[in-house]
Amino acid sequence: MSYRSNLEKVLSEGHFVITAEIGPPKGSDANKIRDKAMMLKGCADAFNITDNQTAVVRMSSFAGSLILHHMNMEPIMQMTCRDRNRIGLQSDVLGAAALGLRNILCLTGDHQSFGNHPAAKGVFDIDSIQLLQIIKNMRDVGVFQSGDLLLAERPCVFLGAAANPYADPFEIQVDRLRKKIDAGAEFIQTQSVYNLEKFSKWMDDVRSQGLDKKVHILAGVTPLKSVKMAERMKFHVPGTDVPETVYQRIKNASDPAKEGYVIALETIRELKVLQGVHGIHITALFWEQIIPSLVKDAGFDTRS
Amino acid sequence: MIITKQKDIIELLRSIDSKPVFLIGCNECATLCHTGGKDEVLALKEALVKKQIPVSGWVVLEPACHLLNDKRMLKEYTTELSKTEKVLVLACGNGIQTIADLLSEKEIIAGTDTLFLGEISRANEFDKRCMLCGDCLLDNFEGFCPITRCPKSMLNGPCGGSSNGNCEINKEMECVWDCVIQKLKKKGKLDVLLAIQKPKDWSKASETKWRI
Repeated sequence: MSYRSNLEKVLSEGHFVITAEIGPPKGSDANKIRDKAMMLKGCADAFNITDNQTAVVRMSSFAGSLILHHMNMEPIMQMTCRDRNRIGLQSDVLGAAALGLRNILCLTGDHQSFGNHPAAKGVFDIDSIQLLQIIKNMRDVGVFQSGDLLLAERPCVFLGAAANPYADPFEIQVDRLRKKIDAGAEFIQTQSVYNLEKFSKWMDDVRSQGLDKKVHILAGVTPLKSVKMAERMKFHVPGTDVPETVYQRIKNASDPAKEGYVIALETIRELKVLQGVHGIHITALFWEQIIPSLVKDAGFDTRS
Repeated sequence: MIITKQKDIIELLRSIDSKPVFLIGCNECATLCHTGGKDEVLALKEALVKKQIPVSGWVVLEPACHLLNDKRMLKEYTTELSKTEKVLVLACGNGIQTIADLLSEKEIIAGTDTLFLGEISRANEFDKRCMLCGDCLLDNFEGFCPITRCPKSMLNGPCGGSSNGNCEINKEMECVWDCVIQKLKKKGKLDVLLAIQKPKDWSKASETKWRI
């Protein structure tokens, strides 16, 4: 069996997968990515390179992914619909595939008003579900969105999407996952899990519809580094759910970072045994150096 | 209705620069928005006179976006218009351009910012409803327009950032997807959301002329 990417291979072989996020720098120094990548080598099966996350301008996901690819590490190129229309997005999919990038995560993207260029005009020509479907059709049918035919090689990519079990309204979130699968999602990375109970309930619904057999679900893990971060996640970041018990543990800890680390470890242990969860996706915001020990302490072997 | 808001008086004074000015209002949308009706034109006139800025005359057009009506009505103000190089228009962006077209010798000052096509939801409160895309999709969304009312124009929403039915971008704005979902839920038709909405045909939005 030939696989499009290492990520697809390890997921298909039934291994519990780890992905980790690398945020590109606010500058053009490739070594900033290389240093982070070297630090994380062996910790994860593939690495997400974010696409101007929270609408803050950084090195492009395409370039960051390529830097990683040249280090023989596997990137997951994130693509948002905020900054490019369907022409730009399809063109970059062809370019990325031509240069050997094999995983794409399709997102609608954070609104520009949250970032460092709030006066920018958001594109939002299409949404994440339409992007998934467009790339799937380019790959499987050989047509662009307009119906025009691809003439030289189809992009051989493994497609992912995000899911948020904590989004409002809860009752439609499994349908939303189904829709992403129908559109072309083969793996899913979820919003960071702090409320395990609610996540388990969502997974129950996912399993009851058999969706865990149709898509690989990687549960999001983001260690809380400080009381400030816990408060930001709890009160200000839309679509996150930090339960009061977790918040109190961080707030009352003599060393909040250490407590955040312990909570992340406990969460990973629970997620590891949760039926239908095929891996974890670690997003350690401004705390990437914690990932190697977190992975080791959670009992995972070094990745090849 | 075209919703406008008046520009700040300080900004207008800077544009007028103490020269004589002729004022134009509009009897339709700008009147209902209280930005360019008779009352507002007269109030601005008074404010300008207080600042020693001569106002050579004023008129409320019926409406400002009607080229032929404007031509006819403005003829009656030839004398007043001849006394000034500057014409300040309290109408929507369309009305201002129609006047600029007719009075090509004059310096046109836009007295308003044109915000959106929307409804009067209560007295002095307006809500955006349509962005004139040329290809109405309201049938697909229970009569709510996500292209206009979702900041990300998502046709396969919601994005996941809303809370308690409010948009993550602006807590004063209801999440249009929440509106769609609540209506579908009442009808027991939530499953229609499973249909993937195709990318929108924006070519229809580029119409620039229409004849009946």
